[in-house]
Amino acid sequence: MTHRAGGSRRLSTGALARVEGEGAMHIDIRDGELVDVQLNIYEPPRFFEGFLRGRGLEEPVDITARICGICPVAYQMSACAAIEDALGITVDGPLRALRHLLYCGEWIESHTLHIHMLHAPDFLGVDSVIEMAQDHRPEVERGLEIKKIGNEVLSLLGGRAIHPINVRVGGFYRVPTVAELQPLRERLLRGRDLAEEAVDWVAGFSFADLDIDHEFVAAQHPTDYPFLAERIESDGGVDIAVADFPDHFEEHQVPHSTALHARHLGHAEASTDDADDATDAAAVRFEPGNYLVGPLARYSLFSERLSAGARAAADRAGLGPTCRNPFQSIVVRAVEVLHAYETAIKLVDGYERPDLAAVPYDVRPGTGHGVTEAPRGLLYHRYQIDENGLLSDAVIVPPTSQNQATIEHDLWHFVEANLDLDDESLRRQAEVTIRNHDPCISCATHFLDLTVSRT
Amino acid sequence: MTVTDPRNPTVPPSSRPSLAVWKFASCDGCQLTLLDCEDELLAVADQLDVAFFLEASSASVAGPYDVSLVEGSITTEEDRARIQEVRAQSKTLITIGACATAGGIQALRNTSDVSEFLRIVYATPSYISTLETSTPIADHVSVDFELRGCPIDRQQLLEVIGAYLVGRTPNTPGHSVCVECKQQGNPCVLVAHGTPCLGPATQAGCGALCPSYLRGCYGCFGPAETPNPHSLGATLLEAGLPPDELQRLFHTYNAWAEPFRGAVQVPTPTHRRPATQQENTR
Repeated sequence: MTHRAGGSRRLSTGALARVEGEGAMHIDIRDGELVDVQLNIYEPPRFFEGFLRGRGLEEPVDITARICGICPVAYQMSACAAIEDALGITVDGPLRALRHLLYCGEWIESHTLHIHMLHAPDFLGVDSVIEMAQDHRPEVERGLEIKKIGNEVLSLLGGRAIHPINVRVGGFYRVPTVAELQPLRERLLRGRDLAEEAVDWVAGFSFADLDIDHEFVAAQHPTDYPFLAERIESDGGVDIAVADFPDHFEEHQVPHSTALHARHLGHAEASTDDADDATDAAAVRFEPGNYLVGPLARYSLFSERLSAGARAAADRAGLGPTCRNPFQSIVVRAVEVLHAYETAIKLVDGYERPDLAAVPYDVRPGTGHGVTEAPRGLLYHRYQIDENGLLSDAVIVPPTSQNQATIEHDLWHFVEANLDLDDESLRRQAEVTIRNHDPCISCATHFLDLTVSRT
Repeated sequence: MTVTDPRNPTVPPSSRPSLAVWKFASCDGCQLTLLDCEDELLAVADQLDVAFFLEASSASVAGPYDVSLVEGSITTEEDRARIQEVRAQSKTLITIGACATAGGIQALRNTSDVSEFLRIVYATPSYISTLETSTPIADHVSVDFELRGCPIDRQQLLEVIGAYLVGRTPNTPGHSVCVECKQQGNPCVLVAHGTPCLGPATQAGCGALCPSYLRGCYGCFGPAETPNPHSLGATLLEAGLPPDELQRLFHTYNAWAEPFRGAVQVPTPTHRRPATQQENTR
């Protein structure tokens, strides 16, 4: 498979850059055969699920935000959904609309960070956004402005962009007046136009071929493109209530990671579907049941629900109704940013200030489940609340731990198909294969240290 | 940690000061604050050589560095050694955020049984290596400046970087959030609404965000210069806050910061005592 006689090489890079958090990758090639790939996460554990026990039911909203500085709102939204489920309250109408708007701000900020600062440098052959600014300054400035307007949404509704302070169980501490929200409209219109240009820009990059066959899983809502959710759906036939997540998906620990891996139980027993395009070695290395959450999954399951402008931009970019090439995830993210802008404009236009900033509740014991779509994919929270309103158990399943085995799968297929590349190109492309999925290792936990060994 | 990149072994020497950004146990939010300076990022990059910033760049330049920004707390043996290397390579070392300045929320382990936390989160705890404690950077190496906040404030970060560029002391206030509330014209949420608020004991810098949104301050910027947490605790208990809630309020994002750590020994209403002069001036 390799053009090199013997094919015994050992490569190593210190740390994988332009991902959120830190981790390692190991690629093991012996006698020209790929033997193993590992996405090695050794972010020091921070034990959120441990110290949440005994905290009050209002606290996970602020505490779990600290799991990730890039997508704190996602944690706040899933935490609220789970706790409100346990308390038996429903947050809808303008309060739900405000949450949706806040979430749009985070998608814009987080995706734009990834598109322009972390991922685009790979396609333009530079090391960083700062280097990129030398030859592509207008595009960088446009990206910064798209991101800035997303942060303005977060700051207005949340108080600040990172770890917003205004979200609470039942709604918000303070809701804006119509007049306070209105100035945002003009900014969003500006952002919308820039986001549209950005889709066209990234669509012009050239993409390596990779066609993945993973099961796509996303949160589902009866009418909306997935943000705040009611059910969970997959292209493998899953259509379940949020509360059934633990019956269908399981987290398990592997020795090389401080993040837990997840797998789809229904498929873990039987499925040999992907054996067709996987080698025997891959079939041995990977347990069945891996699946993918995130932009590719959302887009492929629900692309018909995108806003009109986003749909049109996706068409122009040459995306079909589904997208199975992770290298094109940058285009899907750009389309989702445009969708978030168009959704935000609609939400601002339709806003009426609610009488109460938060739905009142009575403390009662119970268990609640919550799922929302973080920028990186489905984020599940479960809390058990005792009669005093304190948490007796907490479970959090972030997108990156669900994707971890799948990212390894992609790496395997990509490396196996490209063993003839020289070490440097292989390393570089392997890094991109990881960055395609925008792994948030802070969420899953940290440290990417890249090693390719050929012996 | 070796962080050389064979793609980019050398970068032309420059007379501009070099900046490195380091991460230890944290959420990435404080270093993200630098990338959130949308209007200033390119201008800052014109003044500095960003020599090491793993989250933003795959290029890296070997030290020494003129200014290092350090995010995160020390929670593993490896990181305990790595911070020594970072210090040795840095002319000026600035810690940013509650993790780096106080151990962060993960310092809640310091008063708990870590092995119990391990069992809760991981099925096979023996795969995981971690220290019993999460400690601030200043417990391990000398620190030239500490910027507070969970997360840090963007304007304060720019102020600190700007100050070090021209060689002056950063102008970040040590007074309490109460001063910022007065500046904003906020009615006091504690006095007017009886909302529990850590503002009187918490360092300013956020712009009194929480009270501006009608909620009490939860202390994410850590203790102010001369806080009196015992007196504040007594007031909050008197206002009807249950003792366990008071304990949790102090004991979250800056739980291991000295004055807040002490405040966790909450006097129950029957054992309440006045704050001593020593505590007042700590």
